[in-house]
Amino acid sequence: MTAKISDLTLSTIELAEILGISLVEYQHVCQSLKRVPNFAELSIFSAMFSEHCSYKSSKKFFKRFPTQGKRVIQGPGENAGILDIGHGWAVAFKMESHNHPSFIEPYQGAATGVGGILRDIFTMGARPIASMNALCFGSLDFERTATIIKGVVKGIGEYGNCVGVPTVAGQTLFHSSYTRNPLVNAFALGIVKTDEIYRGYAKGIGNLVVYVGAKTGRDGVHGATMASKEFSSDEELERPTVQVGDPFTEKLLLEATLEAMKSGVVVGIQDMGAAGLTSSSFEMAHRANSGLEISLDKIPTREPEMAAFELLLSESQERMLLVTSPEKLKPLKDIYEKWDLHAEEIGKVVSGNRVKMTLRGNTVVDLPVDLVTEPLLTDRPSSPPVDLKQRWFLDRNKMLVATLNSKFQSLMEELNFSNPQRLIEQYDSMVGNRTVGGTQDDAAVIRIRDMGEREVRLAMKADCNPRVCWLWPREGGRRAVAECAINLAVRGAEPIGITDCLNFGSPENPEVMWQFSESIEGISESCEALKIPVISGNVSFYNETDGKPIYPTPMIGMVGIIDDKLPLPHSNFYSTQLEIALVGPAEGGLGGSLMASSWFKRECGQPEETDLAMLERMLRFCQRLRKRKIIHAAHDISDGGLVCTALEMAFHSPFECTGVEILIPQETDLDRFLFGETIPRLLIAYEPIERVDLENTASQAGVKFTHIGNTTDSSLFTIRQGGAQIFSSNIPDLKKGWNHRWDKFFK
Amino acid sequence: MKVGVITFPGSNCDSDVVDCLQRVGGFEVGRLWHKESPDLSSFKLIVLPGGFSYGDYLRCGAMASCSPIMDKVKAFASQGGLVLGICNGFQILCESGLLPGALARNLNLNFICTDVSVQIEASDNPWTLKTEKHQLLSLPIAHGEGRYIIDDQGYEELLKNSQILMTYRNNPNGSTHNIAGICNRNKNVFGLMPHPERASDLRSRDGLKIWDSLKTYLGIQS
Repeated sequence: MTAKISDLTLSTIELAEILGISLVEYQHVCQSLKRVPNFAELSIFSAMFSEHCSYKSSKKFFKRFPTQGKRVIQGPGENAGILDIGHGWAVAFKMESHNHPSFIEPYQGAATGVGGILRDIFTMGARPIASMNALCFGSLDFERTATIIKGVVKGIGEYGNCVGVPTVAGQTLFHSSYTRNPLVNAFALGIVKTDEIYRGYAKGIGNLVVYVGAKTGRDGVHGATMASKEFSSDEELERPTVQVGDPFTEKLLLEATLEAMKSGVVVGIQDMGAAGLTSSSFEMAHRANSGLEISLDKIPTREPEMAAFELLLSESQERMLLVTSPEKLKPLKDIYEKWDLHAEEIGKVVSGNRVKMTLRGNTVVDLPVDLVTEPLLTDRPSSPPVDLKQRWFLDRNKMLVATLNSKFQSLMEELNFSNPQRLIEQYDSMVGNRTVGGTQDDAAVIRIRDMGEREVRLAMKADCNPRVCWLWPREGGRRAVAECAINLAVRGAEPIGITDCLNFGSPENPEVMWQFSESIEGISESCEALKIPVISGNVSFYNETDGKPIYPTPMIGMVGIIDDKLPLPHSNFYSTQLEIALVGPAEGGLGGSLMASSWFKRECGQPEETDLAMLERMLRFCQRLRKRKIIHAAHDISDGGLVCTALEMAFHSPFECTGVEILIPQETDLDRFLFGETIPRLLIAYEPIERVDLENTASQAGVKFTHIGNTTDSSLFTIRQGGAQIFSSNIPDLKKGWNHRWDKFFK
Repeated sequence: MKVGVITFPGSNCDSDVVDCLQRVGGFEVGRLWHKESPDLSSFKLIVLPGGFSYGDYLRCGAMASCSPIMDKVKAFASQGGLVLGICNGFQILCESGLLPGALARNLNLNFICTDVSVQIEASDNPWTLKTEKHQLLSLPIAHGEGRYIIDDQGYEELLKNSQILMTYRNNPNGSTHNIAGICNRNKNVFGLMPHPERASDLRSRDGLKIWDSLKTYLGIQS
């Protein structure tokens, strides 16, 4: 772009191409307008037609998602989805990616990711009370990985801690496919009274459009376009397009906005997120079927002489666009003044379906709303990888000849089997005083102490297994939902809905499109089986560098409800005199398992399909266990199989001397029993006296229950087969390794 | 009104403290806004809650210590009124000169959120009346700048007057002499980094010891 171009410069095909607008799209715009758009208008199309804002490659697939349900108050399409949790209260939640900015500038990228998702929640009128994150990092051989990890963790922590929203859970995993494309997915959840929900509507002819929050600067201009591009190795040049966050202003904005909503001075509201003022104004007008007139001269700016395209596309953080009636403007301004924030009237709602914007005496934008908000969808070619059958080959013979010791050892060296405590304790997980437990459990549990006498608890979990997604995207999608559900169930919760954050490579790659559509199919199948809706979501394409895409990562955030006062189950070996049982099939599949990846140094094998009917029975089993008040500990078997699950339960035991003895059942394949990862399988521990009751509960629920061992006070992990001890290792030593794998990042 | 809880811009534990004192502690609570300078004479206790007042920009607690309400708090304290500062509130009390010493970045430069074991060092004051010397409490901490610093002379003073109320068993942040919480010479102003309000009806119940001590001191039936 040369310096000579101004807002009013008429655009050309070449200019459109530079801004990432295709020839077809450009011709469509010119034909609809019956004129050539000027540069400011072209910038609007550039942002709004970007994959990030338009979902042009992905939209048609969303029809597949089940979005209905008796709890659904707000499904996909708003700032966040909302579910009814009873007694006049509802929960709003959503997950969003901030992958590209987090690679360019890890601290600010991650911090503003948290800021953005929190605003999505409180623009619905909900007070954010919990957040989670899902982080995927790359190879440690890449020298920037350590810097990225440190920056991302600090960014998330310092933003969330300052705003005062606890980070209660997360998933962190490592895989080389994320080396130049780390994933930072932020989830936030808020609570709202069902009659105090707000939406992004610019309605009421004559109502005023008000800008609130931080001033507008040049940061993040063209951020949405950047998020829709693959990286090349010279990404360093992109730094100015990353936004800078200010959690203190966010906190003020949060309090002022919730106060304004409570006082009834807000008609509609939307966060200025990706593509800033452009997306918020056009989307609010679109939803209300109205038009807007905006004077860009009135926008509070940090820098002088900003051009319209900069004002329109700036992604300066902590800003909101809201609509109020003329008589409520004064009280609205007073509330923001109280919190040391400025509210500025910048325009009004008009009839018709056009957005007009003026700057320094010129009409710089005059566009029909629908042309901007309803971009041309693209039908991308999709095809499975040609080498799928090769990926599904797992050389069992090579595993069979190896000793149990060597296989066990290779798993113990896995970075993906490590204690994330070092990372977790940098987040305030308790502010708000609602966190019942969970940063290290299967799922986090928070209490809603705002409902008076009635105390409801919510459980939440974020999960995805990219190894399985790469090998078999449909099973990957299925499993991400199933895994979350089982995690929630072992904590005693009933799943009520999900949000998704679909991270993929370039949609222009047919294999990526195939991964995408197959994942959506899998997610939908699981949701249908569990009868839970998808209520919000986000797609992040172009997660690839130099043509190498990330492993498909359809991250799922699930929320469940605990609507009773029963105590939560244990998640560790809480005594050295417990029996241990396996609930579910004795063997699990090795295809796509952590064991297989760690042994063959690559992902291989066909993952076994999740039995969704059995998953449902397993959830019922967990519910009954609770209702019958059987004291027990439960932990889901996933990454690393039964071995890693048993070890985690031992590592979290309050007793240093806790030992575990596992007996391999007869006629069971050793590897598949110990390391298999088929969903659903559970490990539970209980006092021996409870066994009969447990067996009955399992048989009533229709799940297999096998007593496979017990805890001891020997501090040893031993495995026995047919009377003979075939393996033994010292648990405190194993715990040391598990504990210290994060030390290289944090002192 | 018995207890006043101040909200500064950026306070984020104010609602937690209000909820805890009302629902669990059974106190009558009034909220105070930092820009006001109200008459505090009807209050028995003023609480400065945790958070990131003014974003912790400049220095933690430095800007909040200049808020209009702080003049009233200082006058209230000088007349013997009880003032409690938790976490960021402790930092504000040090910045405003109501407590000696200062709070610096944690030694490992990271924010730390975890449960810690603290030891009661003195119980001859309104705040720890219902505890025994050397009793251990489990309380959570959540701070990036909780390393208490004081010079040798100041430390001797604290010791001499039994102003050190709590020390860490396993010092998490590098505090001098493991100090977790101190009071002023008159023992009516108390600042601590751990969060008793987060350990009153969740996690441990050890935070109740402080509220019970206060109730006993103030002659409130529990």
